Amino acid sequence: MTTQNVKFLAGNEACVEGALAAGCRFFAGYPISPSSEIAEKMSGRLPKLGGKFIQMEDEIASMGAIIGASLAGAKAMTATSGPGFSLMQENIGYAMMAEIPCVVVNVMRGGPSTGNPTGPSQSDVMQSRWGTHGDHPAIVLTPNSISEVFEATVHCFNFAEKMRTVTFLAMDEIVAHMREKIVIPAKDDIKLVERKRPHLQPGETFKPFAPDADLIPPWMNYGEGARYHVTGLDHDATGFPSGAADNQETLHRRLLDKIELHKDELTLFEEHRLEDADVLVVAYGSTSRSAKRAVEEARAKGVKAGLFRPITLYPIAEKQIECAASKAKKIVVPEMNLGQYRLEVERIVGRSVPVVGVHRVNGEPIAPSLILSAILGD
Amino acid sequence: MSMDYFQYLRKDRMPHIWCPGCGHGTIMKSLLRALDKLKWPQDDVVVVSGIGCSSRTPGYLDFNTLHTTHGRALAFAQGVKVANPKLKVIVISGDGDAMAIGGNHFIHACRRNMDMTLIVFNNNIYGMTGGQASPTTFTGSKGTTAPYGAIEQPFDVCNMAQASGATFVARALDLDAVAMDRIILAGLQNKGFSVVDAWSQCTTYFGRQNKWGDASDMMDRYKGMTYNVRTADKMTEEEKADKYPLGVLFQATRPEWCEEYDKLIARVGGGEKAP
Repeated sequence: MTTQNVKFLAGNEACVEGALAAGCRFFAGYPISPSSEIAEKMSGRLPKLGGKFIQMEDEIASMGAIIGASLAGAKAMTATSGPGFSLMQENIGYAMMAEIPCVVVNVMRGGPSTGNPTGPSQSDVMQSRWGTHGDHPAIVLTPNSISEVFEATVHCFNFAEKMRTVTFLAMDEIVAHMREKIVIPAKDDIKLVERKRPHLQPGETFKPFAPDADLIPPWMNYGEGARYHVTGLDHDATGFPSGAADNQETLHRRLLDKIELHKDELTLFEEHRLEDADVLVVAYGSTSRSAKRAVEEARAKGVKAGLFRPITLYPIAEKQIECAASKAKKIVVPEMNLGQYRLEVERIVGRSVPVVGVHRVNGEPIAPSLILSAILGD
Repeated sequence: MSMDYFQYLRKDRMPHIWCPGCGHGTIMKSLLRALDKLKWPQDDVVVVSGIGCSSRTPGYLDFNTLHTTHGRALAFAQGVKVANPKLKVIVISGDGDAMAIGGNHFIHACRRNMDMTLIVFNNNIYGMTGGQASPTTFTGSKGTTAPYGAIEQPFDVCNMAQASGATFVARALDLDAVAMDRIILAGLQNKGFSVVDAWSQCTTYFGRQNKWGDASDMMDRYKGMTYNVRTADKMTEEEKADKYPLGVLFQATRPEWCEEYDKLIARVGGGEKAP
């Protein structure tokens, strides 16, 4: 380790470093608080690496541009916040349907509508999961430290390239703007995943949507001689539109099943003092830092509290949450929204354990004392 | 004129979806004749479209083809071009696709002057959704959402393109395939953003609702609504009033986006090693 790899970065800056380390060489975006620093940094850094930055006319176009760039062979990313994320949903659905790898960073701010552009929030949990229309998969990561922003951004690219889909990095504004020390890993220590290539027999035509046993179709870039068709319509393995009932059913189920099949490697989490916990706290993003403190304070008072922290919000760590909940008498879910992830926890644990939400939408972080009260309270 | 169209067509995707009398196939063939002259390797050509009757064209063409979301073709196309400027990008859009839902993308694509050609298959109506009024529906013409005649003023695709910064702007009728060939070829050859306002008749929805007759009747009417820009100086203002000029209407040389970005990369020393 050399000192030049030690930096003092904000989350948005660490995200840029992670993206570049992951091989991102195309960024399209539109200014929006509190994500704009990502576009600003990218506009400065990318051309120095021979990469491309383009400022688009809106977030709809930004999302379209990264899909186009990905088809032409680039690892591509955009960054936005709530209102822009809403605008992107149409083409996000396209990336899911046409299985185009790309990364969308969403620095969450208060909503709905213009909401609170500069305050912290975790109010896009459900928009990340269900933002675009139709049944669809979602891979959503939410880091809680600057080092983890870097790592999670690399994961987002790796998951996108491997799974052939769009992935989301959902940061709350605190993580995006706070500064911490980070040791940027050496290039050789960063594991990168590249899109899977086909193994064609001589004379065999490339079928861009014919999956292997892992349910993921191999990939060829535009310009590499395959001359295939891509559409957002229901399509068959060749990529051409097909309205056949069995074909539609197969396609839509596969899009979900390919994520389900790889769930274990996609689902990242941290467990803290869960071994004997009878009060389980489920918290993510910056809120998990308050939650960890509250757990320690509860322990100091003799209450056996523990923390389960999803780093991957989706696909959801159902097995792990179920297991931790089976030993708990109470579950506390603090989050900077009015109960979006609490709904998921309640769905997983059912009525067997009471679930207490600690929810704030006032643009302020959730203090450890609030979580501690919920841990200690009846 | 003898060329093998099937060299560029996906025969197995036929028959196409277009109605009898529709002009879209005529424009598509003009595009293929222009491409046949250029001899660009098919593997290097990317044809991008949005949503609508015209936007089904790429599915029939044997290139890298991308059928995107409604109005967004130019956004996708610019991503393709920037990521790999060696690719030859052609965008096919309809009047609703390019000028309504895609209007913002249209003006900004013109402004950036990226090297690609947009062909607007302009039939003054939303055909695929059943004949609703579009941004190029003529004032007074009927659509299913303008049953008493449109009260709005239509967009002039070419004026919009020129005002927004496109460096090649032209209009042609499907009636005159020779002019269409020439114009599309010149558009493809322009190093910058080219816009071709290619008029096509929708007999099924526009013609029927407006009682404009069959395809040949509609072509006659479009001929009467237009004049050749090359003869414009011999016409009086009165003769040109309310008519649309045909031909190459505007050409300019301005810096092309990808070339400018390459210069930027060179200027900032774009050889830095990745972290």
